[in-house]
Amino acid sequence: MTNTIETQTRPSLSTQQLEVSIGPQHPSTHGVFRMNVVLDGETIVKLKPVMGYLHRNHEQLAENMSWLGSMPYTDRLDYFCSMTNNIAYALAVEKLMGIDVPERAQYIRVIMAELTRLVNHTALVGFLLNDLGAFFTPVLYAFREREKILDLFESVAGSRMMCNYMRFGGVKLDLPDGFVDCAKAIVDNYPPFLEEMERLLTKNEILMARCQNVGILLKDLAVNASVTGPVLRASGVNYDIRKIDKYGIYDRFDFKVPLGTVGDVYDRYYVRILEMRESLKILRQAFKELSAGPVISQKGLIAAKSPRNMKVPAGDAYGRIEAPKGELGFYIVSEGGTKPYRYHVRAPSFINLTILEDMCLGHKVADAIIILGSIDIVLGEVDR
Amino acid sequence: MWGTGVLKGMAVTIKNFFDTYTSKNGIFTVEYPEKRLPEKERFRNFPILVYDEKPEELRCVACDICAKECPPKCITIVKAKDAQGKPLKQPEVFDIDFTVCMNCGICEETCPFDAIYMDHEFELAEYDRMDALIYKKERLSRPWTHFEKIRPTDAKEINERRAKDATKTAAAVKPAPPQASNQQT
Repeated sequence: MTNTIETQTRPSLSTQQLEVSIGPQHPSTHGVFRMNVVLDGETIVKLKPVMGYLHRNHEQLAENMSWLGSMPYTDRLDYFCSMTNNIAYALAVEKLMGIDVPERAQYIRVIMAELTRLVNHTALVGFLLNDLGAFFTPVLYAFREREKILDLFESVAGSRMMCNYMRFGGVKLDLPDGFVDCAKAIVDNYPPFLEEMERLLTKNEILMARCQNVGILLKDLAVNASVTGPVLRASGVNYDIRKIDKYGIYDRFDFKVPLGTVGDVYDRYYVRILEMRESLKILRQAFKELSAGPVISQKGLIAAKSPRNMKVPAGDAYGRIEAPKGELGFYIVSEGGTKPYRYHVRAPSFINLTILEDMCLGHKVADAIIILGSIDIVLGEVDR
Repeated sequence: MWGTGVLKGMAVTIKNFFDTYTSKNGIFTVEYPEKRLPEKERFRNFPILVYDEKPEELRCVACDICAKECPPKCITIVKAKDAQGKPLKQPEVFDIDFTVCMNCGICEETCPFDAIYMDHEFELAEYDRMDALIYKKERLSRPWTHFEKIRPTDAKEINERRAKDATKTAAAVKPAPPQASNQQT
């Protein structure tokens, strides 16, 4: 669009390379993301992601307010999975403060985290198909199921997406009456939906032709670029923080880590479908073991009543969880005061996005769109 | 055979298409302004100030805690003063900037006087974006019965706690001074 460069590759039939700027306002970039692409015909020879259009100063804001004050802001990082963002931040501060989380709160956290994973992966599969050109039919089916879980979140936390539910040392409120029955019904109705989705997609020849062997991410590159989450596991690396760190009570649950073999877009799609099945397994176990008790520790309750006066001992801590998109970590440094001295977010979408060019080179423009879709980014988290 | 996957997929879409006519759960959207989904009790959107009997007598004592705790700092409170200039336990000004409020509910959680709560009202669009979106004290005031209506479970809990606190303070005030030192109420 802006400038053209002469190519020397084909002297007999001279072509011009074309620089196209896709985004920031483009329906397939999942927000305000821009790719500067150099094209030879329709083949990508260079791709440069341009980020920062949605920068909202999240880290600096958090350094200027009480510890709990930035909890509602973490909802707005990855607005698809606000529950897991809350958990990651609470985990980091709890590490530094050394407060325990009661048993029931731990189970509630696991339930919320796995429901969030279902929400995220369901929506992602739908949106991926949108990028492929199956305009809004799979998304509609996905949103039908997602909506049920969001209604659950609303009944628990008061808001569908901006939950602000976790507190240091537990959760804000106990589960409302009838929550477990509703959640159990959703979990029981999920496998038929997943089967329907798979009947629609997994063996679909058009999907296979578009996705298989497209955007292959090799194991070595994935590890070297510190890619995490389903993208890494689709490349065949067994790395799941729920298994490695066993944060919270994840050592009590019996689940597998699904791995891909090729590392293409199809594997990334299929790993997510399998992960949802594992999440359902975790949820069933959690409902069985959920016991009565307090949902927030005494120290946490005092802190939640008066966040302004909550002091965190000096030191630094890094709390990380396996968010639906990858390793979500919060690095916080305290000077012993009521505000963080330094607050940093390790956002999985942002780091997974760095290998976009390596995956896209040599493919067509339309493939770049689905490769971007398969990484699963949320711009609120990329730009923060 | 090549193509069976696509056909099976199309069977799914056809089934879903006919389900919209036959199945009860086929159409899952609601035609919003005419029909509405039932509200969840914990749903929160925008704060209100509650009063018990008269709208002038808010529960709020203008302690400024919510304004200090509010993460985006959208609350402005000025304490009322009597004729002699002595500060009264009520707000002269209580403004909430709707353009800044992010509906997090921290004001409700931190209020020690049960005075500010999150309301269910969500149709708050305005034509004027300057003054109409600054909510003044009068516009935020709601009777306690309104809260009891929208959040019965929470209201019951709060009523019980307040009744208990009231008897406690009454008991702490009334007993004769000699015994009062031993009673930990």
